Amino acid sequence: MPAPDRPAAGAATAPAPVTPGERGGGAAVVDAHSVRTEDLRAFYGESEQLKGIDVEFAANEVTAIIGPSGCGKSTLVRCVNRMHEEIPGARAEGRVLLDGLDLYGDGVDVVAVRRAIGMVFQRPNPFPTMSVYDNVAAGLRLTGRRRESTDAAVEQALRDAGLWSEVSSRLDVSATELSGGQQQRLCIARSLAVGPRVLLMDEPCSALDPIATLKIEELIGELKASVTIAIVTHNMQQAARVADRTAFMLDGELVEVGLTGQIFTNPTDPRTEEYVTGKFG
Amino acid sequence: MSAQGATADVLAPFAVSRRRRRRDRFARWSVAAATLIAIVPLALILYYLLRRGLGAISWSFFTTDPTGNTFFGSSSIGGIKSAILGTIEIVAIASLIAIPVGVAVALWLVEYGQRSRAAHGVRLFVDILTGVPTIIFGLFIYILLVVGTGYAGYKGSLALALLMLPIVVRSAEVALELVPSALRESALALGAPRWRTIASVTLPTALPGLLTGVLLAVARAAGETAPLLFTAGSTMKTNFDPNTFMNSLPVQIYNDVISPTPAVEQRAWGAALTLVVMILLLNLFARLVARRSAVG
Repeated sequence: MPAPDRPAAGAATAPAPVTPGERGGGAAVVDAHSVRTEDLRAFYGESEQLKGIDVEFAANEVTAIIGPSGCGKSTLVRCVNRMHEEIPGARAEGRVLLDGLDLYGDGVDVVAVRRAIGMVFQRPNPFPTMSVYDNVAAGLRLTGRRRESTDAAVEQALRDAGLWSEVSSRLDVSATELSGGQQQRLCIARSLAVGPRVLLMDEPCSALDPIATLKIEELIGELKASVTIAIVTHNMQQAARVADRTAFMLDGELVEVGLTGQIFTNPTDPRTEEYVTGKFG
Repeated sequence: MSAQGATADVLAPFAVSRRRRRRDRFARWSVAAATLIAIVPLALILYYLLRRGLGAISWSFFTTDPTGNTFFGSSSIGGIKSAILGTIEIVAIASLIAIPVGVAVALWLVEYGQRSRAAHGVRLFVDILTGVPTIIFGLFIYILLVVGTGYAGYKGSLALALLMLPIVVRSAEVALELVPSALRESALALGAPRWRTIASVTLPTALPGLLTGVLLAVARAAGETAPLLFTAGSTMKTNFDPNTFMNSLPVQIYNDVISPTPAVEQRAWGAALTLVVMILLLNLFARLVARRSAVG
């Protein structure tokens, strides 16, 4: 696959691009939120899926995580909002810092972590027993928010997810009646309603058609003004289109992370080059 | 044309052989015959119930209590009102105990116990409980509660609840296992506490399956005689106080069917028909509810 010769379109609006080739650290933007992992290791039973990852999802940027199947991309993002440990026999070690606060530290409430760091999954998974409205409101109600001002919050979340114009007249139909792409944006709205600082997206477009995919990608470009985004993707063109930075993973290790344009045109590591040019994976 | 001929030549070796056709026909007929054999006794039961039971049915059959005057004409033996109401109340109390506890056990198994050793222990225990003859539950309650104090409706309910519990647990476990883990995960990822995830997402999604299992247990309990014989006792008068003797359909049938008076024996058939129809109606009702909640 030919690598794009310019950074992703979204990058044009990104706040102050960082020096090319910079890896890890970076100054936090004021009133914005960044995630940094330090020597993050994840296990399923005895097998080590993440072998010490140090990566940063910089504030108000989109970071794409690419790599072949089974390289640990999903595990990495699932460790960030502590969903990894929901799998029986799975555990994680190391540190995940949200604005400098260790999410694996003593006395940290997992529930609070997940409210601060939202997640969108591979397959659209709206709650099938609930209406469109209730699905978004679930983001609020499930987290114990009061009912007042729910209407306004639901509308705002649907607007932010670019779905309001399509569903405003049928908020009470079952969420399963929406198309796949609409369901996925509904799931994004549901996550946004909680007011996360960071949004993790685990191959959010892999079950969608190209047009629905395009809409989600546009949405990602808009959302990064208010939340920091990490997106796992199999699709390298997608990474090139949406991400400010791209991280390449292989066999549970982070091979390279850098500005997207650089990763695709001038990677430092030969393995990255082989992968982005389609020699394997 | 020549191309067609060539294709036929190529496909010829794949034509279904006579032998395979014969075998296929044989297998189809065997399966159909087995189905028929299974249906015959069911149809016969329904046929006999209707033939012998319909004669007993009248308005007063449902609105009067049995009188105990079994030596006189059929007009004075009375109906089965106390048995119908007794069965409803005893089973309702049993359900109030067994359903919440059973669903809670299933929730624990699916959401918390999972594949732990403790969960395996509980599953084994529940399986054993499923196989226990129902008279044992009656005997257990008899020894525990009845000896020294006497029969009472609620003691019958307890015996039935014990019988229902394993059925509810196993069926609810299956229904809860079927809830896609993606739904649970997305609720947890929103920052919902686990209990809220269970209450707002897992249980509503599993509802149709839960209903089916619960119904199966209720139907089983409603038809049981053995656990009631020496726990709830039997009586003739309609009685809503679960602290005293209560009549029930299975026990009434049991008492009536051994009577030498033909009219009383017919009342047993009428009561049996009533019981079957009640369970059928409950089944239909629950299916309706399940379908509606699945669509909604």
